[in-house]
Amino acid sequence: MNEERYERFHYIIGATASAILTVLAFGAMIIGEWDRTLALWVIGVSAVVQIVVQLRFFLHIDFSRQKREDLLLILFSLLMLTMLAGGTIWILGDLSKRMM
Amino acid sequence: MNPNPYPKLHPGLNLGPAHGVAHEGSEAVLFGFWIFLMSDLIIFGILFATYAASTGPMAIAGGPRPTDLFDLVSVSIQTAFLLASSLTCGMAILAMKYGENVSRVKLWLVVTALLGAGFLTFELRDFASMMAHQGTPMRSAWLSSLYALVGLHGLHITMGLLWILTMLALIQVQRLSNKVKTRLLMFSLYWHFLDVIWIGIFSVVFLAGLV
Amino acid sequence: MSSLFGRLNGDVTPFTEAFNHPSVSSLVAAGAASMVVVGAVALLILLTWFRLWKPLWRDWLTSADHKKIGIMYIVLGLVMLARGVIEGVVMRGHQATALQGGFLSSEHYGELFTTHGTIMVLFVAVPLVVGFINIIVPLQIGARDMAFPVLNQVSLGLTAAGAVLLMVSLVIGKFSTGGWTSYPPYTGVVFSPGVGPDYWIWAVAISGIGSTLSGVNFAATIYKCRAPGMSLMRMPLFTWTALCAAIMLVYAMPPVTVSSLMLALDRYLGFHFFTNDLGGNMMNYANIFWMFGHPEVYILALPAYGVWSEVAATFSAKTIYGYDSLVIATMAIAVISFTVWLHHFFTMGQSTSVNIAFGIATMIIAVPTGVKVYDWMATLWRGRIRMTTPMIYLIGFFILFVIGGLTGVILANPTIDYQVHNTLFLVAHFHNVLIPAVLFGMLAGIHYWFPKLFGFRLDERLGRWTAYLWIVGFCLTFIPLYVLGLMGMPRRMATFTNPSYEPWVLIAGFGALVVLMALIMVLVTIGYSIRYRDKLAVPLGDPWDGRTLEWAIPAPAPAWNFAVIPKINSRDAFSTEKEKGNPYVRPQSYDDIAMPKATAHGFILCVAASVMGFALVWHIWWLTALSFAVIPVALIARAFVRETEQLIPAAEIAHAHDAWLNAVWSTRGVTRDEEDSPANRGLAAPDGGPA
Ligand code: HEM
Ligand SMILES: [Cu+2]
Repeated sequence: MNEERYERFHYIIGATASAILTVLAFGAMIIGEWDRTLALWVIGVSAVVQIVVQLRFFLHIDFSRQKREDLLLILFSLLMLTMLAGGTIWILGDLSKRMM
Repeated sequence: MNPNPYPKLHPGLNLGPAHGVAHEGSEAVLFGFWIFLMSDLIIFGILFATYAASTGPMAIAGGPRPTDLFDLVSVSIQTAFLLASSLTCGMAILAMKYGENVSRVKLWLVVTALLGAGFLTFELRDFASMMAHQGTPMRSAWLSSLYALVGLHGLHITMGLLWILTMLALIQVQRLSNKVKTRLLMFSLYWHFLDVIWIGIFSVVFLAGLV
Repeated sequence: MSSLFGRLNGDVTPFTEAFNHPSVSSLVAAGAASMVVVGAVALLILLTWFRLWKPLWRDWLTSADHKKIGIMYIVLGLVMLARGVIEGVVMRGHQATALQGGFLSSEHYGELFTTHGTIMVLFVAVPLVVGFINIIVPLQIGARDMAFPVLNQVSLGLTAAGAVLLMVSLVIGKFSTGGWTSYPPYTGVVFSPGVGPDYWIWAVAISGIGSTLSGVNFAATIYKCRAPGMSLMRMPLFTWTALCAAIMLVYAMPPVTVSSLMLALDRYLGFHFFTNDLGGNMMNYANIFWMFGHPEVYILALPAYGVWSEVAATFSAKTIYGYDSLVIATMAIAVISFTVWLHHFFTMGQSTSVNIAFGIATMIIAVPTGVKVYDWMATLWRGRIRMTTPMIYLIGFFILFVIGGLTGVILANPTIDYQVHNTLFLVAHFHNVLIPAVLFGMLAGIHYWFPKLFGFRLDERLGRWTAYLWIVGFCLTFIPLYVLGLMGMPRRMATFTNPSYEPWVLIAGFGALVVLMALIMVLVTIGYSIRYRDKLAVPLGDPWDGRTLEWAIPAPAPAWNFAVIPKINSRDAFSTEKEKGNPYVRPQSYDDIAMPKATAHGFILCVAASVMGFALVWHIWWLTALSFAVIPVALIARAFVRETEQLIPAAEIAHAHDAWLNAVWSTRGVTRDEEDSPANRGLAAPDGGPA
């Protein structure tokens, strides 16, 4: 397969996988009718997987010959995001529990 | 199975050695742009966290609730528009990378812009109908954080549309000069990034809000 | 009318206020406003008189040269430092007489601590730090400029726009009284309907975006523009700290942009993020603000630590002790400082477990900082030490900063924090870390790198006296505040009634005067040195027997920095060459050099952002729209500019560089004993001291 077709194929895989995962997430609404937790899990997991798919197939991030610093940048950003967003939810959640 | 074993310069689609100076020259620019996007990511992250912390009964403050306002059909249409536009944006970049076909690049960009505009139309329509049902951002903390998060994404899309128009004009004047190529790569990072953010929004805000 | 001028009318200046209600407080305000007006008019007249408009525009305002941008940052920082220190002195003066009622209204005192805090952190410390990073990093990594020179201009423009808003607020309207943290609901529209918090919001948001862009630029520069052979672990330590600070800027600025814009949405459009009603949650404001606020102090401190590393190594003529540990400590501080923000609101009511987690994280951050202090001390150990001005600041820093750090560890304990929260103990603590670390660091940096920028040294004798004054003044002003804090005196209070506070308040007031003297001495030192610049000239570029790359080029550094990009094969690159005995070699050939062209882009955005901020503050909507529209138009227009670089011909470079090399070869180098004598022309000779 030549390079161009390979890369186009890449995008198409990404788009298809994303479409399927989206349908899955929206479909979880039906599960939600009787099991809310399960539905939330399905939505959450398919969101995470879809983000990974798009990073891989649209933004071409991979673990192979990547220059180290770029990968570190992205991983570090995720760490930051987890700390700041996670910390916020923890702190505010705790505060609101104590106000109930 | 990847057939191009040249060293990548940055995450994202690389132009490849066939593009010589443009390939090398894009290195620092795209890396810088990645850093900028990561900063933007933190902005969205904080708004997500604020949103997540504003879904309780106190934050809804007796106002309308998600089930009163959200329109899942419209959200799914918006999602489809945005995903399709991500694909066409990729096609524009491939048309530039292989063959440097100016009119194909322009065509794909126009399609991307139209899909983006479609997304915005539905989003604005949703906002309007929410407001018609008392769902204004002034009604409660929950609605404030909703409009801030979704609205900021919409604002980004609007800027993206402006960017596409600029790129079209730029291509008209400068053809696919090295600078134009780098800018197109930058645009594609931006556009894909917005799609990734949207995944978070439809999952956290709309789906989790309705389920 | 109101659609044309918004909330503006003739009564908003302090002059009318002083005329209608004369009092000491309103006269002080009018005096400050007239200082701004008179200063601005005097500046305009001087520029016209000396025909400096054209050079100012051509060589500075439109320049994309990282060194010039850096110098403009530092000038901005020093101007704002003058205002900040004067405000500090006025506050101290007021409190010294506060038992008798003082001379300021409490409203005015509130404005003063708000502007003072905002200015000192965002418009003094940030510009000084960012300015030094701008100037020094490309020189240390062997680059010709920043990765994005025009973006760099834009960052400066946005930072300056914030400073402009603060200066304008002295003359038109009143500033916020909500403190530099601007906590709602007090700063919400219900409790503060005036323009004050709006000035704060736009000054902070606009300059914050500028800082974010600086961070992006610095990180990209350090990652992508290093000279061949300059691997990460060969970078000088200042560059390392700059890298960590840059990355922190990228992640720490977004929170404050978000929190201030959310506050703006509450105030302007009636949103309910932080209001008392309809579900607003003001605790989230404190949460988001400190996600920025805490890392911010390390963004300021890290580059100062970088200065200390350079100063300690150079003035002891030794390679830095524990390079690896310093790098690791820097990275550790950068990451851990994002996990401690809750220590600013231990008393907000969350569970003990949350407090404990953040308290422990706070204590942990002291460990890498301690490692650094030991490394610097070990660097001095058995070195060839010269007690130059930067070294005096370093010694002051060692002692005072350790005290400040220890009181920080004390405050990290939530149970203790409950006792001293919101007292002057805290005020003493943060001045005790910010002044010895950041301010002394920047002053040391000015002495250390001044010759590289301007080609002559600063006078040592005056410099040393200035340093002593800062140290003594600092101790007198701030050590009493620890006592007052433990006695229970709250911060941000205009007056007090407990007479036992008075002696300490008086000492602090006297100390503030000493600090004011120290500030004046900084200006005197610079003025004196300009006057005697011929005696102090070091055109050959290496006055201190420097170790890193920036000392290997002429002083002042040429526009292109390096005639040919150097190849690096060790840490302390220039020292290595000197030890090998042949540091100055004529390159085999010269090439044309492409440098960024001058452009008015940054200036235009600066004006647009300032006007937009002003229009937003005063609700002048048409002007807001107009000035906002300038921004995308300027950005789009910029995209269509084709020629963004100009070529400097090889012949011109060869001419300049060869002339310098010839001067080097025909000059006698000086040993370290003669460092502070007119014989020092910037060429170092080996002097047999310990290596
Ligand atoms: C150089 C002499 C200085 C003096 C005389 C001084 C004096 C003061 C005084 C009197 C206060 C108000 C205390 C209160 O009543 O709450 C204050 C607050 C503050 N100062 Fe300074 N200061 C100085 C330098 C600095 C520096 C260098 C910085 C930062 C880099 C700084 C940052 C602050 C901050 C952040 C506040 C808190 C403002 C607030 O409460 O919102 N100060 N200072
Ligand atoms: Cu802190």
